[in-house]
Amino acid sequence: MGLIDNINKLFDHRIRLGIMSILMVNEYVDFNGLKELLNVTDGNLASHTKTLENAEYIKIEKSFIGKKPNTKYAITPLGRKAFQKHINALEQIIKQHG
Amino acid sequence: MESKKYLDDITEIKALMTRSSRFISLSGLSGILAGLYAITGAILAYIFVMPESGEYVTLHSYKFRYLIAILLAVAALSIITAFLLTTRKAKKNKEAIWDMTTRNLLVNFLIPLLTGGIYIIIKLNSQHYGLTASLMLIFYGLALVNASKYTLGNVKYLGYSEIILGLICAALPGYGLLFWVAGFGILHIIYGSMVYFLEEKK
Repeated sequence: MGLIDNINKLFDHRIRLGIMSILMVNEYVDFNGLKELLNVTDGNLASHTKTLENAEYIKIEKSFIGKKPNTKYAITPLGRKAFQKHINALEQIIKQHG
Repeated sequence: MESKKYLDDITEIKALMTRSSRFISLSGLSGILAGLYAITGAILAYIFVMPESGEYVTLHSYKFRYLIAILLAVAALSIITAFLLTTRKAKKNKEAIWDMTTRNLLVNFLIPLLTGGIYIIIKLNSQHYGLTASLMLIFYGLALVNASKYTLGNVKYLGYSEIILGLICAALPGYGLLFWVAGFGILHIIYGSMVYFLEEKK
């Protein structure tokens, strides 16, 4: 116990972990950008961004470029804090079992 | 076993952070070639354009036009080479050549560079030739430092070196061409070789 408690179950999935990693270091990324970087299908990506949005870890901004809809994703302060805590926990565990 | 999975997670996080925010495929070879173009250009300028003692180069003289033509040719060749070799390297690394990262890289590179370019042209128009080499080095260095946060490697050290060289050049009037060769020729060749042999030959 202890350290394991700081592991965030929401980030215990490759795609959600990926979305958060990318948004940590970019002001915003659009849907296609995420799709290319993570190499996933539309449906798959949409369901995971939805999960993170519901947790208020990321926010979504919809706009139009010409006539094309464009969806941009950005991390929220809450999401940044949660993910940083998750990374710290991972590092602590690795150090202990190292 | 669990801790192996956590280690994989950390590795994945780091890889994605890098891949999503930094363009890693800048070509070292193109740096070496840009340096060689610059040196060739400077030699041509020295042979054909250098004013004889007592002679002045003015904006409308044919020598000045030659000089501008040489400069533009060096710049154009360097840009074309960089574009071709970088595209090739990006393809090999399976990295996108035109995405958010390269856009950030380019915009951040061009802001100081264009500012400097325009400033130099304004100065040339009011007959201030003396500091041209120094200004080119300084603004180019600032452009590199500014763009370096969007790429890997040691581009920022190349930038610092160009800035320092530019400042020394400003303090020693009359040696503009020599400093220009050192900054755009020799530094590019040294930096390009370091990237080429340390990273690409791995």
